[in-house]
Amino acid sequence: MLEFRDKPTTQALIKEIKKINPKKEIRIMHVCGTHEMTLARWGLRKLLPRNIKLICGPGCPVCVTSVSEIDFAIKIVKEKNVILTTFGDMFRVPGTNSSLSETKSHGADVRVIYGIDEAVKIARKTEKEVIHFSIGFETTTPMIASEILENETLKNFSIICSHRLIPPAMKYLLSCKDIEIDGFICPGHVSTIIGYEPYKILAENFAKPMVIGGFEPNDVLLSVLMILRQMKNEKPKVENEYVRAVKDKGNIIAQKIMNNVFGICDKGWRGIGTIPNSGLKLKNEFAKFDAERRFGIKIKKSQDIKPGCKCGEIMKGKAVPQDCPYFGKICTPERPIGACMVSIEGACYITYNYS
Amino acid sequence: MCLAVPAKIEKIKDKYALVDFEGLKKNIKIILTPEVKVGDYVLVHAGFSIQKINKKEAKESLKIWGTIR
Ligand code: SF4
Repeated sequence: MLEFRDKPTTQALIKEIKKINPKKEIRIMHVCGTHEMTLARWGLRKLLPRNIKLICGPGCPVCVTSVSEIDFAIKIVKEKNVILTTFGDMFRVPGTNSSLSETKSHGADVRVIYGIDEAVKIARKTEKEVIHFSIGFETTTPMIASEILENETLKNFSIICSHRLIPPAMKYLLSCKDIEIDGFICPGHVSTIIGYEPYKILAENFAKPMVIGGFEPNDVLLSVLMILRQMKNEKPKVENEYVRAVKDKGNIIAQKIMNNVFGICDKGWRGIGTIPNSGLKLKNEFAKFDAERRFGIKIKKSQDIKPGCKCGEIMKGKAVPQDCPYFGKICTPERPIGACMVSIEGACYITYNYS
Repeated sequence: MCLAVPAKIEKIKDKYALVDFEGLKKNIKIILTPEVKVGDYVLVHAGFSIQKINKKEAKESLKIWGTIR
Protein backbone atom coordinates (compact mmCIF):
# COMPACT_ATOMS: atom_id res chain seq x y z
CA MET A 1 0.00 0.00 0.00
CA LEU A 2 2.90 2.29 -0.73
CA GLU A 3 0.73 4.79 -2.59
CA PHE A 4 -0.87 5.65 0.75
CA ARG A 5 2.47 6.86 2.04
CA ASP A 6 3.93 8.48 -1.03
CA LYS A 7 5.08 12.03 -0.60
CA PRO A 8 3.88 13.68 -3.84
CA THR A 9 0.35 12.46 -3.03
CA THR A 10 0.69 13.85 0.50
CA GLN A 11 1.76 17.19 -0.88
CA ALA A 12 -1.02 17.25 -3.45
CA LEU A 13 -3.58 16.39 -0.77
CA ILE A 14 -2.33 19.17 1.50
CA LYS A 15 -2.49 21.60 -1.40
CA GLU A 16 -6.07 20.60 -2.08
CA ILE A 17 -6.98 20.90 1.60
CA LYS A 18 -5.50 24.41 1.66
CA LYS A 19 -7.47 25.34 -1.41
CA ILE A 20 -10.81 24.26 0.04
CA ASN A 21 -9.96 25.44 3.59
CA PRO A 22 -12.91 27.49 4.91
CA LYS A 23 -10.47 29.47 7.11
CA LYS A 24 -12.61 29.22 10.24
CA GLU A 25 -11.84 26.77 13.02
CA ILE A 26 -12.80 23.24 12.01
CA ARG A 27 -12.72 20.51 14.63
CA ILE A 28 -12.49 16.98 13.28
CA MET A 29 -12.55 14.18 15.83
CA HIS A 30 -11.16 10.69 15.41
CA VAL A 31 -12.03 7.84 17.76
CA CYS A 32 -9.16 5.44 17.26
CA GLY A 33 -5.77 5.18 18.93
CA THR A 34 -4.30 3.97 15.66
CA HIS A 35 -5.40 7.20 13.94
CA GLU A 36 -3.69 9.17 16.71
CA MET A 37 -0.52 7.13 16.06
CA THR A 38 -0.67 7.96 12.35
CA LEU A 39 -1.17 11.67 13.09
CA ALA A 40 1.76 11.75 15.51
CA ARG A 41 4.16 9.50 13.63
CA TRP A 42 3.85 11.36 10.37
CA GLY A 43 3.52 14.81 11.93
CA LEU A 44 0.29 15.39 10.02
CA ARG A 45 -1.06 18.08 12.36
CA LYS A 46 1.87 20.29 11.42
CA LEU A 47 1.20 19.85 7.72
CA LEU A 48 -2.43 20.92 7.99
CA PRO A 49 -3.58 24.56 8.10
CA ARG A 50 -3.70 25.74 11.72
CA ASN A 51 -7.44 26.30 11.78
CA ILE A 52 -8.07 22.62 10.99
CA LYS A 53 -7.85 20.82 14.31
CA LEU A 54 -7.69 17.04 14.52
CA ILE A 55 -8.86 16.12 17.98
CA CYS A 56 -8.78 12.89 19.96
CA GLY A 57 -11.89 11.11 21.09
CA PRO A 58 -12.30 8.07 23.35
CA GLY A 59 -10.60 5.72 20.90
CA CYS A 60 -8.38 3.70 23.18
CA PRO A 61 -10.09 0.69 24.83
CA VAL A 62 -7.52 0.56 27.62
CA CYS A 63 -8.00 4.26 28.41
CA VAL A 64 -11.79 4.04 28.72
CA THR A 65 -11.89 0.95 30.93
CA SER A 66 -13.18 2.09 34.31
CA VAL A 67 -11.07 1.82 37.44
CA SER A 68 -13.85 -0.24 39.05
CA GLU A 69 -13.25 -2.95 36.43
CA ILE A 70 -9.49 -2.92 37.13
CA ASP A 71 -10.10 -3.04 40.89
CA PHE A 72 -12.45 -5.97 40.34
CA ALA A 73 -9.81 -7.85 38.31
CA ILE A 74 -7.23 -7.22 41.04
CA LYS A 75 -9.61 -8.30 43.80
CA ILE A 76 -10.55 -11.53 42.09
CA VAL A 77 -6.99 -12.61 41.25
CA LYS A 78 -5.85 -11.75 44.78
CA GLU A 79 -8.68 -13.44 46.65
CA LYS A 80 -9.42 -16.48 44.52
CA ASN A 81 -6.99 -19.11 43.37
CA VAL A 82 -7.30 -18.18 39.70
CA ILE A 83 -5.24 -17.31 36.64
CA LEU A 84 -6.04 -13.90 35.18
CA THR A 85 -5.12 -13.17 31.57
CA THR A 86 -4.99 -9.70 30.08
CA PHE A 87 -3.69 -7.75 27.10
CA GLY A 88 -0.35 -6.01 27.59
CA ASP A 89 -1.39 -2.39 28.07
CA MET A 90 -4.06 -3.22 30.62
CA PHE A 91 -1.40 -4.84 32.79
CA ARG A 92 0.16 -1.56 33.90
CA VAL A 93 -2.88 0.70 34.22
CA PRO A 94 -3.21 1.96 37.78
CA GLY A 95 -6.30 0.88 39.70
CA THR A 96 -7.29 2.58 42.95
CA ASN A 97 -4.41 1.14 44.99
CA SER A 98 -2.30 -0.82 42.54
CA SER A 99 -2.08 -2.19 39.02
CA LEU A 100 -2.28 -5.79 37.82
CA SER A 101 1.47 -5.77 37.28
CA GLU A 102 2.06 -4.80 40.92
CA THR A 103 -0.45 -7.43 41.99
CA LYS A 104 1.54 -10.02 40.02
CA SER A 105 4.78 -8.94 41.68
CA HIS A 106 3.10 -9.82 44.97
CA GLY A 107 2.52 -13.35 43.79
CA ALA A 108 -0.83 -13.32 41.95
CA ASP A 109 -1.02 -15.35 38.74
CA VAL A 110 -1.54 -12.64 36.09
CA ARG A 111 -0.50 -13.46 32.53
CA VAL A 112 -0.18 -11.18 29.53
CA ILE A 113 -1.53 -12.68 26.31
CA TYR A 114 -1.88 -11.49 22.70
CA GLY A 115 -5.09 -13.21 21.68
CA ILE A 116 -8.07 -14.73 23.43
CA ASP A 117 -7.21 -18.19 22.05
CA GLU A 118 -4.15 -18.21 24.32
CA ALA A 119 -6.38 -17.79 27.38
CA VAL A 120 -8.51 -20.70 26.22
CA LYS A 121 -5.38 -22.82 25.71
CA ILE A 122 -4.25 -22.05 29.25
CA ALA A 123 -7.70 -23.06 30.56
CA ARG A 124 -7.54 -26.36 28.69
CA LYS A 125 -4.25 -27.25 30.38
CA THR A 126 -5.19 -26.47 33.98
CA GLU A 127 -7.74 -27.37 36.60
CA LYS A 128 -7.66 -23.79 37.88
CA GLU A 129 -10.20 -21.17 36.94
CA VAL A 130 -8.97 -18.91 34.13
CA ILE A 131 -10.43 -15.41 33.86
CA HIS A 132 -9.75 -13.19 30.88
CA PHE A 133 -9.95 -9.43 31.43
CA SER A 134 -11.78 -8.84 28.19
CA ILE A 135 -11.59 -5.33 26.80
CA GLY A 136 -11.98 -3.99 23.29
CA PHE A 137 -14.23 -2.35 20.75
CA GLU A 138 -16.08 -3.97 17.86
CA THR A 139 -12.80 -5.00 16.19
CA THR A 140 -11.89 -7.30 19.08
CA THR A 141 -15.27 -8.50 20.36
CA PRO A 142 -16.07 -11.00 17.56
CA MET A 143 -12.98 -13.02 18.47
CA ILE A 144 -14.04 -13.27 22.08
CA ALA A 145 -17.55 -14.26 21.05
CA SER A 146 -16.27 -16.85 18.61
CA GLU A 147 -14.00 -18.48 21.21
CA ILE A 148 -16.86 -18.63 23.69
CA LEU A 149 -19.12 -20.29 21.12
CA GLU A 150 -16.42 -22.77 20.17
CA ASN A 151 -15.61 -23.66 23.75
CA GLU A 152 -19.06 -23.77 25.27
CA THR A 153 -18.24 -26.93 27.20
CA LEU A 154 -15.14 -25.46 28.81
CA LYS A 155 -15.80 -25.52 32.56
CA ASN A 156 -13.09 -23.32 34.03
CA PHE A 157 -13.11 -20.25 31.80
CA SER A 158 -14.79 -16.86 32.19
CA ILE A 159 -14.31 -13.22 31.26
CA ILE A 160 -14.54 -9.84 32.91
CA CYS A 161 -16.72 -8.34 30.23
CA SER A 162 -15.45 -4.80 29.57
CA HIS A 163 -16.41 -4.47 25.93
CA ARG A 164 -17.58 -1.13 24.63
CA LEU A 165 -19.18 0.10 21.42
CA ILE A 166 -17.97 3.11 19.46
CA PRO A 167 -21.06 4.58 17.69
CA PRO A 168 -23.00 5.16 20.98
CA ALA A 169 -19.97 7.06 22.31
CA MET A 170 -19.89 9.19 19.15
CA LYS A 171 -23.59 9.88 19.57
CA TYR A 172 -23.05 10.85 23.19
CA LEU A 173 -20.27 13.30 22.36
CA LEU A 174 -22.33 14.82 19.55
CA SER A 175 -25.16 15.34 22.04
CA CYS A 176 -22.95 17.20 24.55
CA LYS A 177 -23.61 20.90 24.13
CA ASP A 178 -20.17 21.86 25.40
CA ILE A 179 -18.21 19.75 22.92
CA GLU A 180 -17.66 21.16 19.47
CA ILE A 181 -17.25 18.63 16.69
CA ASP A 182 -17.61 19.46 13.00
CA GLY A 183 -17.05 15.97 11.68
CA PHE A 184 -15.71 12.52 12.44
CA ILE A 185 -13.01 10.34 10.98
CA CYS A 186 -14.64 7.00 11.76
CA PRO A 187 -12.41 4.16 12.94
CA GLY A 188 -11.36 1.97 10.00
CA HIS A 189 -10.97 -1.35 11.74
CA VAL A 190 -14.08 -1.06 13.89
CA SER A 191 -15.83 -0.33 10.59
CA THR A 192 -14.52 -3.51 8.89
CA ILE A 193 -16.83 -5.25 11.36
CA ILE A 194 -19.82 -2.87 11.67
CA GLY A 195 -19.89 -1.31 8.19
CA TYR A 196 -21.61 2.01 7.33
CA GLU A 197 -25.01 1.67 8.88
CA PRO A 198 -24.37 2.74 12.49
CA TYR A 199 -22.83 6.04 11.35
CA LYS A 200 -25.56 6.85 8.87
CA ILE A 201 -28.10 7.75 11.49
CA LEU A 202 -25.53 9.92 13.28
CA ALA A 203 -24.63 11.81 10.11
CA GLU A 204 -28.33 12.39 9.45
CA ASN A 205 -29.48 13.28 12.96
CA PHE A 206 -26.59 15.55 13.80
CA ALA A 207 -25.87 16.79 10.26
CA LYS A 208 -22.15 16.06 10.56
CA PRO A 209 -19.82 14.58 7.95
CA MET A 210 -18.51 11.09 8.78
CA VAL A 211 -15.69 9.53 6.80
CA ILE A 212 -14.43 6.02 7.50
CA GLY A 213 -10.66 6.35 7.26
CA GLY A 214 -7.69 4.03 6.84
CA PHE A 215 -4.45 4.33 8.75
CA GLU A 216 -1.75 5.41 6.33
CA PRO A 217 -0.92 9.12 6.28
CA ASN A 218 -2.57 9.71 2.93
CA ASP A 219 -5.69 7.84 4.12
CA VAL A 220 -6.05 10.31 6.97
CA LEU A 221 -5.41 13.37 4.80
CA LEU A 222 -7.85 12.15 2.19
CA SER A 223 -10.43 11.62 4.94
CA VAL A 224 -9.92 15.23 6.07
CA LEU A 225 -10.32 16.44 2.50
CA MET A 226 -13.52 14.42 2.08
CA ILE A 227 -14.94 15.94 5.27
CA LEU A 228 -14.09 19.48 4.15
CA ARG A 229 -15.66 18.80 0.80
CA GLN A 230 -18.86 17.59 2.45
CA MET A 231 -18.89 20.73 4.58
CA LYS A 232 -18.47 22.90 1.53
CA ASN A 233 -21.33 21.18 -0.26
CA GLU A 234 -23.40 21.23 2.93
CA LYS A 235 -24.25 17.58 2.43
CA PRO A 236 -23.24 15.68 5.55
CA LYS A 237 -23.24 11.93 5.05
CA VAL A 238 -21.18 8.78 5.58
CA GLU A 239 -18.40 8.17 3.12
CA ASN A 240 -15.79 5.45 2.98
CA GLU A 241 -12.19 6.31 2.31
CA TYR A 242 -10.99 2.87 3.45
CA VAL A 243 -12.69 0.92 0.65
CA ARG A 244 -9.90 -1.62 0.45
CA ALA A 245 -10.95 -3.04 3.81
CA VAL A 246 -14.42 -1.78 4.70
CA LYS A 247 -17.53 -3.14 3.01
CA ASP A 248 -20.89 -1.35 3.24
CA LYS A 249 -22.39 -3.99 5.46
CA GLY A 250 -19.18 -4.74 7.36
CA ASN A 251 -18.42 -8.34 8.33
CA ILE A 252 -21.83 -9.95 8.71
CA ILE A 253 -20.48 -13.22 10.10
CA ALA A 254 -18.62 -11.35 12.83
CA GLN A 255 -21.73 -9.29 13.65
CA LYS A 256 -23.84 -12.44 13.95
CA ILE A 257 -21.36 -14.18 16.22
CA MET A 258 -21.15 -11.07 18.40
CA ASN A 259 -24.94 -10.73 18.63
CA ASN A 260 -25.32 -14.40 19.53
CA VAL A 261 -23.16 -14.05 22.60
CA PHE A 262 -23.56 -10.45 23.75
CA GLY A 263 -26.43 -8.11 24.53
CA ILE A 264 -26.31 -4.34 24.87
CA CYS A 265 -26.13 -2.45 28.17
CA ASP A 266 -25.29 1.01 29.51
CA LYS A 267 -21.64 1.37 30.37
CA GLY A 268 -19.39 3.75 32.26
CA TRP A 269 -16.47 5.14 30.28
CA ARG A 270 -13.51 6.19 32.37
CA GLY A 271 -13.37 9.97 32.59
CA ILE A 272 -16.53 10.42 30.53
CA GLY A 273 -19.33 8.85 32.53
CA THR A 274 -22.15 6.45 31.73
CA ILE A 275 -23.05 6.28 28.05
CA PRO A 276 -26.42 4.68 27.21
CA ASN A 277 -26.27 1.43 25.21
CA SER A 278 -22.51 1.62 24.84
CA GLY A 279 -21.49 -1.61 26.53
CA LEU A 280 -21.82 -5.34 25.98
CA LYS A 281 -22.82 -7.99 28.47
CA LEU A 282 -22.94 -11.74 28.12
CA LYS A 283 -26.41 -13.05 27.37
CA ASN A 284 -28.04 -15.24 30.02
CA GLU A 285 -27.27 -18.44 28.09
CA PHE A 286 -23.61 -17.62 28.53
CA ALA A 287 -23.82 -16.51 32.18
CA LYS A 288 -21.30 -19.13 33.26
CA PHE A 289 -18.66 -17.27 31.24
CA ASP A 290 -19.33 -14.04 33.16
CA ALA A 291 -16.76 -13.77 35.99
CA GLU A 292 -18.97 -11.38 37.94
CA ARG A 293 -21.89 -13.81 38.00
CA ARG A 294 -19.71 -16.91 38.27
CA PHE A 295 -17.89 -15.79 41.39
CA GLY A 296 -20.82 -13.87 42.84
CA ILE A 297 -18.70 -10.77 43.35
CA LYS A 298 -20.19 -7.47 42.27
CA ILE A 299 -18.11 -4.80 40.60
CA LYS A 300 -17.98 -1.89 43.04
CA LYS A 301 -17.82 1.70 41.96
CA SER A 302 -14.35 3.25 42.25
CA GLN A 303 -13.16 6.77 41.59
CA ASP A 304 -12.14 6.83 37.94
CA ILE A 305 -9.85 9.79 37.64
CA LYS A 306 -7.10 10.81 40.02
CA PRO A 307 -7.41 14.46 41.09
CA GLY A 308 -5.81 16.75 38.54
CA CYS A 309 -5.53 14.13 35.74
CA LYS A 310 -7.14 15.46 32.57
CA CYS A 311 -7.67 12.13 30.78
CA GLY A 312 -11.44 12.66 30.74
CA GLU A 313 -11.24 16.10 29.16
CA ILE A 314 -8.69 14.82 26.64
CA MET A 315 -10.88 11.91 25.56
CA LYS A 316 -13.83 14.27 25.12
CA GLY A 317 -11.75 16.43 22.81
CA LYS A 318 -11.83 19.34 25.27
CA ALA A 319 -8.15 19.36 26.17
CA VAL A 320 -4.80 18.20 24.80
CA PRO A 321 -2.19 16.38 26.90
CA GLN A 322 -0.06 19.51 27.23
CA ASP A 323 -2.97 21.15 29.09
CA CYS A 324 -2.42 18.73 31.98
CA PRO A 325 -0.08 20.14 34.66
CA TYR A 326 1.31 16.64 35.33
CA PHE A 327 2.11 15.84 31.70
CA GLY A 328 5.77 14.86 31.29
CA LYS A 329 6.53 16.13 34.79
CA ILE A 330 5.16 13.77 37.39
CA CYS A 331 3.21 11.73 34.86
CA THR A 332 5.40 9.80 32.42
CA PRO A 333 5.14 6.37 30.76
CA GLU A 334 7.46 5.01 33.48
CA ARG A 335 5.31 6.43 36.30
CA PRO A 336 1.87 6.98 34.79
CA ILE A 337 -0.99 8.60 36.68
CA GLY A 338 -3.75 7.98 34.17
CA ALA A 339 -4.35 5.20 31.63
CA CYS A 340 -3.81 7.68 28.78
CA MET A 341 -0.11 7.66 29.70
CA VAL A 342 0.11 3.85 29.86
CA SER A 343 -1.51 2.61 26.71
CA ILE A 344 0.51 2.83 23.51
CA GLU A 345 -2.71 4.19 22.02
CA GLY A 346 -3.30 6.72 24.78
CA ALA A 347 -3.16 10.39 23.78
CA CYS A 348 -0.70 11.28 26.57
CA TYR A 349 1.63 8.38 25.80
CA ILE A 350 1.67 9.17 22.08
CA THR A 351 2.19 12.89 22.61
CA TYR A 352 4.95 12.21 25.16
CA ASN A 353 6.77 9.93 22.74
CA TYR A 354 6.48 12.06 19.64
CA SER A 355 7.02 15.55 21.00
CA MET B 1 -5.82 -2.14 20.23
CA CYS B 2 -7.82 -2.11 17.06
CA LEU B 3 -4.65 -2.37 15.03
CA ALA B 4 -5.00 -4.81 12.16
CA VAL B 5 -2.19 -5.79 9.83
CA PRO B 6 -2.36 -7.07 6.25
CA ALA B 7 -1.03 -10.56 5.51
CA LYS B 8 -1.06 -12.97 2.59
CA ILE B 9 -2.70 -16.37 2.92
CA GLU B 10 -0.32 -19.20 2.06
CA LYS B 11 -2.07 -22.36 3.26
CA ILE B 12 -5.55 -23.12 4.52
CA LYS B 13 -6.54 -26.00 6.78
CA ASP B 14 -10.21 -25.82 7.76
CA LYS B 15 -10.55 -22.96 10.29
CA TYR B 16 -6.89 -22.05 10.17
CA ALA B 17 -4.52 -20.44 7.70
CA LEU B 18 -0.81 -19.93 7.53
CA VAL B 19 -0.21 -16.30 6.63
CA ASP B 20 2.79 -14.24 5.67
CA PHE B 21 3.30 -10.77 7.18
CA GLU B 22 6.07 -9.65 4.84
CA GLY B 23 8.37 -12.48 5.91
CA LEU B 24 6.95 -13.36 9.30
CA LYS B 25 4.76 -16.46 9.12
CA LYS B 26 1.97 -17.15 11.54
CA ASN B 27 -1.08 -19.32 11.96
CA ILE B 28 -4.34 -17.44 12.25
CA LYS B 29 -8.01 -18.34 12.46
CA ILE B 30 -10.12 -17.56 9.40
CA ILE B 31 -13.47 -18.34 10.98
CA LEU B 32 -14.70 -14.73 10.47
CA THR B 33 -13.75 -14.70 6.78
CA PRO B 34 -14.54 -18.22 5.54
CA GLU B 35 -14.57 -17.07 1.90
CA VAL B 36 -10.80 -16.43 1.69
CA LYS B 37 -8.51 -18.42 -0.59
CA VAL B 38 -4.79 -19.02 -0.87
CA GLY B 39 -3.17 -15.90 -2.32
CA ASP B 40 -5.72 -13.50 -0.82
CA TYR B 41 -4.67 -10.65 1.41
CA VAL B 42 -6.47 -10.32 4.72
CA LEU B 43 -6.43 -7.90 7.63
CA VAL B 44 -5.36 -9.72 10.78
CA HIS B 45 -6.33 -8.63 14.28
CA ALA B 46 -5.46 -10.56 17.46
CA GLY B 47 -4.88 -13.82 15.61
CA PHE B 48 -8.02 -13.68 13.44
CA SER B 49 -8.60 -12.45 9.91
CA ILE B 50 -11.30 -9.79 10.05
CA GLN B 51 -11.69 -8.84 6.41
CA LYS B 52 -10.37 -9.65 2.98
CA ILE B 53 -8.41 -6.77 1.47
CA ASN B 54 -9.41 -5.92 -2.01
CA LYS B 55 -6.40 -4.81 -4.00
CA LYS B 56 -8.50 -3.42 -6.78
CA GLU B 57 -10.45 -1.33 -4.32
CA ALA B 58 -7.21 -0.14 -2.78
CA LYS B 59 -6.71 1.87 -5.93
CA GLU B 60 -10.23 3.17 -5.63
CA SER B 61 -9.73 5.49 -2.67
CA LEU B 62 -6.95 7.15 -4.55
CA LYS B 63 -9.33 7.39 -7.45
CA ILE B 64 -11.79 9.25 -5.18
CA TRP B 65 -8.98 11.65 -4.61
CA GLY B 66 -8.34 11.82 -8.34
CA THR B 67 -11.91 12.81 -9.10
CA ILE B 68 -11.71 15.46 -6.42
CA ARG B 69 -8.61 16.79 -8.04
S1 SF4 C 1 -0.56 13.44 31.57
FE1 SF4 C 1 -1.06 11.83 33.06
S2 SF4 C 1 -2.23 12.88 34.64
FE2 SF4 C 1 -2.23 14.20 32.83
S3 SF4 C 1 -4.07 13.65 31.67
FE3 SF4 C 1 -2.43 12.40 30.86
S4 SF4 C 1 -2.53 10.51 32.04
FE4 SF4 C 1 -3.74 12.02 33.19
